[in-house]
Amino acid sequence: MDARYCERLPLSRRGLLGAGMSFFAWAHMPKIASAAGAKDPRFLTIILRGAMDGLSAVAPVADPDYAALREGMALTREGESAGLPLDGFFVLHPAMKTFARLYAEKKGLVIHAAATPYRERSHFDGQDVLETGLPGVGKVETGWLNRALLALPKGEKLPRLGALGVGIATPLVLRGEAPVMGWAPQRLAETNDDLARRVLDLYTHRDPALARALKAGLTADQLAQGGAAMPPGGGDPGMMARAATGAARLMMKEEGPRVAVLSFDGWDTHANQGGVRGRLADLLAGLDGAFAAVEREFGEAWKDTAILVVTEFGRTARINGTEGSDHGTATVAFLVGGAVRGGRILADWPGLKAQHLHDGRDLRATTDLRAVMKGVLADHLGLSPAVLGEAVFPGSGLVKPLPDLVV
Amino acid sequence: MARPERPFQIGIQRFGLGAGPSSRERLGPDIRAALLDEIRPERARIGGEGLPTTARGIQIVTQIEDKRRMEREARRQVAQQGPAAAMAEANGSAMAAAGMPANPAANPPDPEAVRLRDFLHVDIKARIDHGLAAPAGFAERWVMFWSNHFCIALRRGQIMQGVAGPYEREAIRPHVFGRFADLLVAVETHPAMLHYLDQRQSVGPNSPAGQRRQRGLNENLAREVLELHTLGVGGGYAQADVTAFARALTGWSITGFEENVDGFGGFVFAPNRHEPGPQVVLGRTYGQEGKEKGLAILRDLARHPATARFLATRLARHFVSDSPPPALVAALEAEFRKTDGDLAALARVLVTHPESTRAPPSKIRTPYEFVLASLRATGAPADRLQGLVNALNLMGQPLWNPPGPNGFPDDEAALVAPKAIKTRLEFALQFARPLGGRIDPRELAETLFGEALSAESRQAIARAETRPQGLALLLMAPEFQRR
Repeated sequence: MDARYCERLPLSRRGLLGAGMSFFAWAHMPKIASAAGAKDPRFLTIILRGAMDGLSAVAPVADPDYAALREGMALTREGESAGLPLDGFFVLHPAMKTFARLYAEKKGLVIHAAATPYRERSHFDGQDVLETGLPGVGKVETGWLNRALLALPKGEKLPRLGALGVGIATPLVLRGEAPVMGWAPQRLAETNDDLARRVLDLYTHRDPALARALKAGLTADQLAQGGAAMPPGGGDPGMMARAATGAARLMMKEEGPRVAVLSFDGWDTHANQGGVRGRLADLLAGLDGAFAAVEREFGEAWKDTAILVVTEFGRTARINGTEGSDHGTATVAFLVGGAVRGGRILADWPGLKAQHLHDGRDLRATTDLRAVMKGVLADHLGLSPAVLGEAVFPGSGLVKPLPDLVV
Repeated sequence: MARPERPFQIGIQRFGLGAGPSSRERLGPDIRAALLDEIRPERARIGGEGLPTTARGIQIVTQIEDKRRMEREARRQVAQQGPAAAMAEANGSAMAAAGMPANPAANPPDPEAVRLRDFLHVDIKARIDHGLAAPAGFAERWVMFWSNHFCIALRRGQIMQGVAGPYEREAIRPHVFGRFADLLVAVETHPAMLHYLDQRQSVGPNSPAGQRRQRGLNENLAREVLELHTLGVGGGYAQADVTAFARALTGWSITGFEENVDGFGGFVFAPNRHEPGPQVVLGRTYGQEGKEKGLAILRDLARHPATARFLATRLARHFVSDSPPPALVAALEAEFRKTDGDLAALARVLVTHPESTRAPPSKIRTPYEFVLASLRATGAPADRLQGLVNALNLMGQPLWNPPGPNGFPDDEAALVAPKAIKTRLEFALQFARPLGGRIDPRELAETLFGEALSAESRQAIARAETRPQGLALLLMAPEFQRR
């Protein structure tokens, strides 16, 4: 981010529309030292904020109740709505071609019907539980990944090099005493269509004058951008690959961080979620692009890499009245990278019959997401089950780390 | 955590700079008492070591102008020294054109521009910090009103960068809880205003300078004092009054720009430009000597009934409603006349009159109020000054830089404009992002708005996809935007 560029165009209309504009130029860099260890694993965590619909990303096409619940947007094995083949029971969303290839190469793993212990439906609280690693909502200001780094032996390369938080602010999962550096891709600040829609909706109900003005302002912006209609969803699919590329380059530096967290917004698909194409498809394609970017940038280091993709909760099994889905419970997590023992789907499938759904509406959780996180941290970063059960995920003693997730 | 009652929420937003997470606890339930407590001269003042002065500002600007004049002169001489020197000069340009900088430190930021900007930023920072530290912010809002009423503009030449900040601290803040006449005189004799409204160029046609230089009267200051600062349009003056007043003001000038006068940045009376003889303004004859003539007119304008009515209306419009309750306007007008323009008394009527709080929140916060309120609500540090300055620019109300001498508008039609509201949205998101979800917007909405929080806003904030998005929604909610 070129701060001086920003300062020199204080009155320019381009400031709002063009690239690189930020009210706040921002960057901070870590303290780094030297020396080298033997193993050099790399670990990325991608948090999908807004609750990703696992039943769309990895669709249980062989479940007899799936097609009816997802009428109009269900994926199929064959035909126009065909997903990419996985194991016969599930298909992958067709937007995720890179993951499909990596799955075939046994470097992509799907964990389905997984959820944190959180069973309410607030994004904030759900993300808190996901990131603090606690059994429930609590006022804790540190994240499980930071505590994991803190628990590693002090002299080792990985904790010494610290972690990278991609975004304007350090995500909660990475907050704590272990050193964290931050970096943000330039255009990150422009993904606000979803916010605009929410504010406009609020104004429409509460303040017609503000609604008229905002609506006109948004329309003017569209015209300025070449008349393209406002994309139907939040988030910025193209940004995901850019953010991942930038993060990967920093992680490839000799003294760069080996652990990183990226947050992608826009997954709260209450309306017009789409099927093979549409809002969610664009987001999944963006996520897929992030995988491809990391693989490309890492080169040789890819073989020691694991990328964990998690979201705060899933979405309702049945689509709602606005061609979307509402806040739910269980969903998928992805684990991808050269170090992953992939080509598998881990799922104790609960089924989609009404009596099997959580609260009669959500895919029931049969895997505790903490078991996935603990499994990766144990095998990839070498943390002991005791440390994981106390310092990193307090109160998770009964949740056993999933074995054999990574090589 | 105390949850604010509706009168508290209205009071601190309408008359103050907005609440912070602990304002209700610190100020107690009686917001009126908290507002009244700020009606003290020391609350309006910004003092302290090392703050810029008008004298220093004008000194810097004149140094820069002298330096540039000398550089121009030097270049002109080079050009006149014949082909050899011109060749050397041209060679330098050719090298630059070929991508080879004639000077290794090519294109450094203009050091003078940086120096002036930094000089200005000291004052901007002091102003923002003062607003953030204020308990409720009424004194600051009162200052902001008068500063906009008596606005100057940075766009009026380089000198304004040196005087805009000191102007508010020197001419406005010390007088906002004193007599209006004293405020008026302080403002109209300040170098910033004398420059902004062209007064230092005005020459009496029959003065020695006027006779010699064929230059004449400039009516700008006289007209704006009548039209914008005192009587108001329709306040009962005619063109003859403007001209006579302008003649009376001739000779008012600034040290640092007058030959044979020492010092920088003070008021000075230049007798050789002063139009001789008495002047008749609004039916009264002024025969005073020198600058006393203009001062006497100003003092009479300050206590004119039309001034009382004009100011009462502007105040009620700014703080309460675009269509202010007539009873409130009448009460303010009566108080002004009864106390001979005691601004502290006027402020007390404004914050205690029943009609002041009865009206529902309909006014939109100005961009500066919005930015300050956002900082106060979240406790975010105001450490990215250029970012805040840029935000105000983009929201259409650059600090101390209104488009004309009537100041920035504060009515619905002007503020609820498509681009302006869209820009607020951009600001809200960029402001909320770095706070990184450390703030729970659901809790903050309860502690800021309390009883005034609508079900729709509560739900929209709670349903946001992320905490920063929820915070941005809070900042954009009508409960936050309107006061």
